[in-house]
Amino acid sequence: MSSVTVLATGPLATVQDLGRGGYAHLGVPRSGAADRESLRLANRLVGNPEDLAAVEITHGGFAMRADGDLTVAATGAQAGLVVGDRPTGPNATVVVRDGQHLRVAAPTRGCRVYLAVRGGFDVEAALGSRSTDTLSGLGPARLAVGDRLAVGAAAGEWPATQWAPRPGPDGLTVTLTATVGPRADRLADPEALFTGTWTVNPASNRVGVRLDRLDGPALEHLPGLPELRSEGIAHGSVQVPPSGQPVLFGPDHPVTGGYPVAAVLTAESLDRAGQLTPGDVVHLRLVD
Amino acid sequence: MRERPAGRGAVLLDFDATPSPRAAAADAAVALRAAVDAGALPGVVDIVPAATTILVQGSPAHGIDDLALHRALRAESDRAAEVPADEVVITVHYDGPDLHDVARELGWTTGAVVASHTGTRWRVEFMGFAPGFGYLVPDDPQDRCPPCELPRRTESRPRVGAGSVAVAAGYSAVYPGVSPGGWNLLGHTEARLWDAAATPPSPLAAGTFVWFRDAAGESGR
Repeated sequence: MSSVTVLATGPLATVQDLGRGGYAHLGVPRSGAADRESLRLANRLVGNPEDLAAVEITHGGFAMRADGDLTVAATGAQAGLVVGDRPTGPNATVVVRDGQHLRVAAPTRGCRVYLAVRGGFDVEAALGSRSTDTLSGLGPARLAVGDRLAVGAAAGEWPATQWAPRPGPDGLTVTLTATVGPRADRLADPEALFTGTWTVNPASNRVGVRLDRLDGPALEHLPGLPELRSEGIAHGSVQVPPSGQPVLFGPDHPVTGGYPVAAVLTAESLDRAGQLTPGDVVHLRLVD
Repeated sequence: MRERPAGRGAVLLDFDATPSPRAAAADAAVALRAAVDAGALPGVVDIVPAATTILVQGSPAHGIDDLALHRALRAESDRAAEVPADEVVITVHYDGPDLHDVARELGWTTGAVVASHTGTRWRVEFMGFAPGFGYLVPDDPQDRCPPCELPRRTESRPRVGAGSVAVAAGYSAVYPGVSPGGWNLLGHTEARLWDAAATPPSPLAAGTFVWFRDAAGESGR
């Protein structure tokens, strides 16, 4: 059976699929890919079912050796890809021959690259998912140098195309769309969230992207309200702690939380939030 | 009940303005769980009960079927009566590092603290914080457990062992795995409260009744 040997991980590389929905009532986060659409596309490009496990590579620096001939595709952040000594690119089907190395460079734009292999990565599942949950510790351990990942046999039909160019970023400011959240009425001025610009704090991870004010009014809780009891957190929730610095919850967010959720990102914007890197400038736009 | 928006694929049901919010939320949670298990809420991925709210999480692609949701909630009272709640007995060694402090704070003996904890019938109000972590409240709201009403410790412990039995802020809980924790630790149990390979992975779920039993009492001390 073919496999992949990990030669370098970069800051963080984990196995991710579409997560373990259905267990939130037991306290289990959904987890899964931070940019779900990119994971789906990577799988489609190699003819896999969309929900197979791939490697989520954070800020590049990943290298692997193919043990057996493999067909792979990388999607997500814009990052250089080198097979052997030949540069290639993302969003296309790529063949890696037995013994060849594949390297994923640091992205020029975006945060996370999804590397899918035809057949899927066959690591042990927990509660029906092969996702590494960095919050609760469920699922496989984060990847380490020397790990050997078996390649499964779950591939389907070959895709109709082997190249799927995607539009690049639309400017230096990333605009995320969100609908009104369940506790927007706990903010002194709910509009303030959608006014001015924010920047991504370096203390961001798979649990959440922390935003700092770049310009615009401060976010403040309404004074004098009774304390909010912990409640379920919807995927895409934008939570506003008393500091007034919002958190865009990511895939490993806890299932319950006690600070008001003022907005909820649309699914497309939640994927884009998964590609934010520290220093990115963010504008939030309210939609119906 | 008020429906609060929670994105294109979810809704937060808020029972805060109903006459007995905690009971109403608990009954609705049982009804919705039953509806999901019966396949009556297609597209709903997760039901997340909390103290006085329930998050109904679907997918953005399918949204929430409002009609089916309301039908499931209307069937609430019948359903809640139909589904018998599980009862779990957890044997505890009352040797926790905070047992004496809790007793001193109340001016009680440690024995009285243990008797209060074991004499209360607990109910899982909701799960959260970590996989398998149940927030337990006295089932009968009249049933007060003063040791449990003390606040959290002023400083959280960076590491609380798996199986630690704790109380704070009106709740009791068992830490299912090793984690940081700020609650008052009364003892520990060898019972396993989380096993990802088991079905279900946790013996607790919202609505489950829990009794704590003193291991020392068993050996006839």
